[in-house]
Amino acid sequence: MNMLSLYDYIFYFLAFVVIGSSFVVVFSRNIIYSAFALLFTFFGVAGFYVLLSADFLAITQLLIYVGGILVLLLFGVMLTNKVVDVDIKSSTIKTLPASIISALLAGLLCGIFYVTNWYTVPTNPELLNNTTAIAIGHAFISTWILPFEVASVVLLVAMLGAVIIARREKGPEVN
Amino acid sequence: MSLVVSLQHFIFVSAILLSLGVYAILTRRNAIMVLMGIELILNSANINFVAFSRFGGMDVNGHLAAIFVIFLAACEAAVALAIVLNIYKQFNTVNVDEVATMKD
Repeated sequence: MNMLSLYDYIFYFLAFVVIGSSFVVVFSRNIIYSAFALLFTFFGVAGFYVLLSADFLAITQLLIYVGGILVLLLFGVMLTNKVVDVDIKSSTIKTLPASIISALLAGLLCGIFYVTNWYTVPTNPELLNNTTAIAIGHAFISTWILPFEVASVVLLVAMLGAVIIARREKGPEVN
Repeated sequence: MSLVVSLQHFIFVSAILLSLGVYAILTRRNAIMVLMGIELILNSANINFVAFSRFGGMDVNGHLAAIFVIFLAACEAAVALAIVLNIYKQFNTVNVDEVATMKD
């Protein structure tokens, strides 16, 4: 009765990719390796979105996270580390308390998730059979119009703010 | 709990991703690694939103919340990297524990 379908196998593969690559992100000594492992984490999360039938969100994840944020992070790594030297190692502090805290956090959350009797409803078949872009667009210009507009202003302010902060000429010049 | 994928499997993965992000934020000295930890945490929150919109009857509203999280993550990455570059110009390091001066 509990036969595993292809869906389940794809889920376990993606879970392996996501968790394994995020372990590499967190524990790798080399920050460049961490950045490239983050690429696989983002791809795996996009795969999760596809499994959860969120097609628009999967594409958004690829465009913004992989195409934008990851490239930005790589630029940050390149600009703030002495890449020509071998000084891209990243050291860690307070590993023991941090590992205790995060292990406790993971155990607590997984325990809560395991014992909770989650209320689930069958998904709206309209959402499963159509592309979600239509529904998302309708929701954006009806119920969520104010957050949508505020988000556009926030994006503009963040862009201007980033330019102004990064351009500020102050302090002793490097080189 | 059976092996057939349900809501719980997705939120288990997101819990593990969250605690790994917390670990990265707590232990890494490099500010950019701290940012990567924050991205991991935001991704785990997004998995939760989408999983509950699929299994918990939130329909498309969960997707919208996740899209707003992605918007804000993009803003945060841009501004934070600008600040990190500025710190690098000022202190010649991006290690968060060495940047302890507010004004010189």
